[in-house]
Amino acid sequence: MSNLTVVSKEPRRPAPPAALPAPPKRPRRKIRQEFRTVVSPHQLNSRRGRAVYWSVLTVVVVSFTAAFVFPLYWMITGAMKSTEDLVQIPPTFLPPQFTLDAYAEAWELMDLGLLLGNTALYAGGAWLFTLAIDVTAAYALSKLRPVLGKLVLALMLATLMIPPMVIMLPAYLTVKDLPLLGWDLLNTPWAIWLPAAANGFNIFLLKRFFDSIPRELLEAAEIDGAAPGRILWSIVIPISRPILGVVSILTVVNVWRDFVWPLLVLTDSERMSVSIGIASLSSQMPQNVLIASLVIASIPTIVVFFLFQRHIMAGLTAGSLKG
Amino acid sequence: MRRNVTAYGFLCGALICFAFFSWYPMIWEVVLSFQQTNFVDPPVWVGLENFVTVFEDAAFGPAWKNTVMFTVLALVFGYGVPFVVALVLNELRHARAYLRFVVYLPVMLPPAVGVLLFQWFYEPEYGLFNQVLGFFHLPALDWLNSTDTALISLVVVSTWMNLGTGTLIYLAALQTIPGELYEAAELDGAGILKRIWHVTIPQTKLILLVMLLLQIVATMQVFIEPFLLTGGGPENSTVSVVYLMYQYAFNFGNINGGNALGVMLMIVLMVFSAIYLRVSREDKS
Repeated sequence: MSNLTVVSKEPRRPAPPAALPAPPKRPRRKIRQEFRTVVSPHQLNSRRGRAVYWSVLTVVVVSFTAAFVFPLYWMITGAMKSTEDLVQIPPTFLPPQFTLDAYAEAWELMDLGLLLGNTALYAGGAWLFTLAIDVTAAYALSKLRPVLGKLVLALMLATLMIPPMVIMLPAYLTVKDLPLLGWDLLNTPWAIWLPAAANGFNIFLLKRFFDSIPRELLEAAEIDGAAPGRILWSIVIPISRPILGVVSILTVVNVWRDFVWPLLVLTDSERMSVSIGIASLSSQMPQNVLIASLVIASIPTIVVFFLFQRHIMAGLTAGSLKG
Repeated sequence: MRRNVTAYGFLCGALICFAFFSWYPMIWEVVLSFQQTNFVDPPVWVGLENFVTVFEDAAFGPAWKNTVMFTVLALVFGYGVPFVVALVLNELRHARAYLRFVVYLPVMLPPAVGVLLFQWFYEPEYGLFNQVLGFFHLPALDWLNSTDTALISLVVVSTWMNLGTGTLIYLAALQTIPGELYEAAELDGAGILKRIWHVTIPQTKLILLVMLLLQIVATMQVFIEPFLLTGGGPENSTVSVVYLMYQYAFNFGNINGGNALGVMLMIVLMVFSAIYLRVSREDKS
């Protein structure tokens, strides 16, 4: 599934030999097609096709930049303006005086260090729990195949049919007063960690990957006397790196971006995640301080995106093509 | 036998998590919707009373109407547009990595950040949108403060934040179409639009259907936009079903009413989920 998103770099057809006798006129730069799409290479390289191509490209690049980059530019520079400059009509494109005061103020006033730390704790713990719990479960369902394993798998996948929002109230009540045990998990990291592990989609992705591991490989280890735990640790996990990467990124990013669940279960301002903390203080903050806090809150996810673009996009297509 | 013990040993963590945080809440959701509870006295079975209560609520009709309107409008902008964008992107031979990166940037922002950012853009006096309108000598709009534009303003935020997902999924699907099909269609004399109609769309039919269902299920759960931007107002013009559900539980102190709403939404969404599962299973066979 991961190969779908990655644009193939090799041309499907060999490129025409480059060193033919030099054409008499100045050679026009040919628009190279790496693979065949709707528009044929011939049409594309006609005089008209070329004109259309370059104008469409310009329009797309400009409009995408305006629609998706400009708001972020406006956000970053907005937080560098003073309150007076911010309400000035018409607004200035660049901050009249370049200052990072609003960022410092946001960090102080909203205790962003604490909020980011909390969120990192929630995301990190959710990552560990999800991997530990879902990998072992998917391995058991895929390779050990116990009695009633099929039923367990069906029940886990059935949770994908019920969107999380519609069971948020009973889930909240469960976390508030855990049945049988009577524990109150509100405002503890457990309220984020454990529900994050109950993820049918992760089980599905992992089991499908484990299913593709050849039996002989594991049987050979079994004959050598390796216990199931040892096989999982020394054979299955090392060859499952790609899917573990996808599951890890999905888990961390989901917990980091989540809003509704932490809104319900993390009500104590000392325990809030960064999204909830900022939202709860948003109406009391001066505009430029609020914007600065938005910038700071987006940095971690954007950095993760820069670093793990391929994993994220692989997870995206894995989710929707075969979910 | 030993194999089973080991297997369930491996499974026990997941079984506990699923039991507590998925299976039990699902059942309890239904149970609570037929009960009256204050979590001190034992719960009382009240039949359909909770359903009647929420049904008679003045916000009930608007909540469903807005949710459906929001879903439809989000489909108009958020369903067709990404496909067209993906089609165009697939034709481009330059700046591809940049465009793919940029279109997905808003998806990576935490939703609360995106929503609060747009709250500032919608500010009636100095907000970015009215400034831009003013620059083109167009009349300023009230955005979130008017019953005419509040819902559509929420759709705009939601579409901006989610457009990248659809675009990249369609783009991935377009790249799996074998080029020979286009060549064959071209030899048969099909023009560009005909090639799209007879090759591209049939080849991506399944993913288009899957995305339609996924998007319906996702947008019908709209909550964060009304919660942060409008509080359901003005005059209930942006109250959504999930938002009303939240209000029942945390503002009106009637968690059973909230559960009754949840059960109704669950039934509606399960219909779409069931179709989705059926479609994606057909894909495999």
